[in-house]
Amino acid sequence: MSGTLSDDSLASAGQLRLTWLRFRRHKLAYVSLFIVALFYLVAIFADFLAINDPHAVDARRGYLPPQTVHLFNGDGFNPYVSGMTGKRDLKTFRQVYVPDPNKKLPVTLFAHGYPYEPLGLFETDRHLLGLVSPEPLDGIYLLGTDALGRDLFSRIMVATRISLSIGLASVSLSLILGILLGGISGLYGGLVDLFLQRVIEIVRSIPTIPLWMGIAAALPNTWTVVQIYFAITLIISLVGWTELARVVRGRFLTLREEDFVIAAELAGASQLRIMVRHMLPSFTSHVIAAVSLALPAMIISETSLSFLGLGLRPPAISWGILLQDAQNVQVLAGAPWLLLAAVPVVTVILAFNFLGDGLRDAADPYG
Amino acid sequence: MLIYIGRRLSLALITCVAISILTFIIIRLPPGDFVDAYIANLASTGSTVTAEQAQAMRHEYGLDRPVYVQYVLWITRVVHGDFGVSMMWRRPVTEVIGDRLWLTMIVSFAALFLTWTIALPIGIYSAVRQYSIGDYVATMLGFIGLAIPNFLLALILMYFGFRYLGLSVGGLFSAEFAQAPWGLAKAWDLTKHVPLPACVLALAGSAQLIRIMRANLLDELRKPYVITARAKGIPEHRVILKYPVRAALNPFASSIAYVFPYLVSGSIIVSLVLGLPTVGPLLLQALVAQDMFRTCSWPERSCCCWVS
Repeated sequence: MSGTLSDDSLASAGQLRLTWLRFRRHKLAYVSLFIVALFYLVAIFADFLAINDPHAVDARRGYLPPQTVHLFNGDGFNPYVSGMTGKRDLKTFRQVYVPDPNKKLPVTLFAHGYPYEPLGLFETDRHLLGLVSPEPLDGIYLLGTDALGRDLFSRIMVATRISLSIGLASVSLSLILGILLGGISGLYGGLVDLFLQRVIEIVRSIPTIPLWMGIAAALPNTWTVVQIYFAITLIISLVGWTELARVVRGRFLTLREEDFVIAAELAGASQLRIMVRHMLPSFTSHVIAAVSLALPAMIISETSLSFLGLGLRPPAISWGILLQDAQNVQVLAGAPWLLLAAVPVVTVILAFNFLGDGLRDAADPYG
Repeated sequence: MLIYIGRRLSLALITCVAISILTFIIIRLPPGDFVDAYIANLASTGSTVTAEQAQAMRHEYGLDRPVYVQYVLWITRVVHGDFGVSMMWRRPVTEVIGDRLWLTMIVSFAALFLTWTIALPIGIYSAVRQYSIGDYVATMLGFIGLAIPNFLLALILMYFGFRYLGLSVGGLFSAEFAQAPWGLAKAWDLTKHVPLPACVLALAGSAQLIRIMRANLLDELRKPYVITARAKGIPEHRVILKYPVRAALNPFASSIAYVFPYLVSGSIIVSLVLGLPTVGPLLLQALVAQDMFRTCSWPERSCCCWVS
């Protein structure tokens, strides 16, 4: 172990601190930690970062291509976007947009926009970026608009919230299931273990997508967005807990034989104390690593389900729902920017995978 | 050994039964049954169905019996190779699925084969040359493969194929062969179309397998017997291929148990995007229409491929 620490402080460092020191050496994972944190910040401040109301529909600006913010306007720093005028191409019947040279819409920071409640605390209409004096059809469309004229950038921002929180919620639920069942399986062994292992094998041997599809198709059409959200969370975690249970069981099995556990037993510690005080701390880091590897899988699950039209349904906004708009080549040929919704998906999943990999390496004392 | 195999087999049998029950329950989960969906469908086109007719339909399909009776009836027929009649299409399920099942199998096995041929050499290379540029590139590619959901990859490939190559990437057959009877020309056409979906499917799976192979081989390479072999002066490639790779192959081979369901499940969503005539799109339709027999037959077959 290299580091700036002296041998004394290293010798007395706890398990978590040692893990953290090892983790810091894994550069890619360390960077990924910040990327993941950034994504969660975006999720928290999604409304503030959004420019236009993500639900506002206006067919007159459907499939508007991405706009750029010009920073300089003749006399110095004076950011603006060009106003766009849409015309229908009489041959293809597609809406075609040309920038209006006479119309320069000044852009400002902390502009007024649609009202929202950050964290449900108070009401405000301040947004990071916005027009100084917006007219009804004007707006900044950094990533263009979809078929119904909704701003893709704002929608991606707001979608971050659902896509990331559904992952977090599912993972917490699977973690509870995994620790509970994995723990029981590892502690008691015997018939209980055999039974739970069979259950895990059954769940794992069924291809996941048909299983989700089957359960998701069972959700009634009349449910509200919130109900569907919780149902999807439940479905994803019911399928996803097996991996965590295996990790927990494996750790319990190996730890049961460790000297320090036997020592604690001989010293007369109760079963519960041995579990909570001696065994749990020595595999917390493993569990954290397993969780950060399970999270991207959960996010992909939600995205795939919503993409197939079996997960969340509009008006809910998630990455999967945004990608649903980009499902066929005809649409993509006309509006390739719709594929941009894939960028945050890939980025966050990649970051989570690196993070999990780094954590796993760091958690393994023999690595 | 025989006792061990027997025990595993009987456990596998129990697992299969459990899967079939689970499938049956899941299919029965949606409120209402096929007849309800059928009536709603007819009502939307203007015709009506009387209560007696609905009752007669339910009786004909056995939907008015208790659930466990339905299950027993269904499972006995499945065991005899009769997968029932698709309610929506009014044709035997085997006929509805027909070629699609074989095409699904072909795509899945091609993907599995590709997964292994990609993962094995790269995994060995990454382990032997740990922290080399090649290792980093392979690791990087592996992670990207893991991070891009395969439907997204299909979508992106389709877009680029269309935009820059002017190809329509979807489908398993060219237009002139789609309805043609089987023959050498059609089979050849199929071989030309399979690689793309197979590649899309194989990418994520091989990313995982590369990691497994690399980790296992690294563990083996550190063991004393490898040093002994080196000390004896055996050529380096023999040192690596003869023992450590063999030992590392075991967990690699057993990974088929979860890579295969993964491929099959991925093939559904990829088939939807690429418009492949496999069972995936049929399954989605069937789920939406609550066509019990057709949906049930599907996981049942895939679990036959399940290796314990």
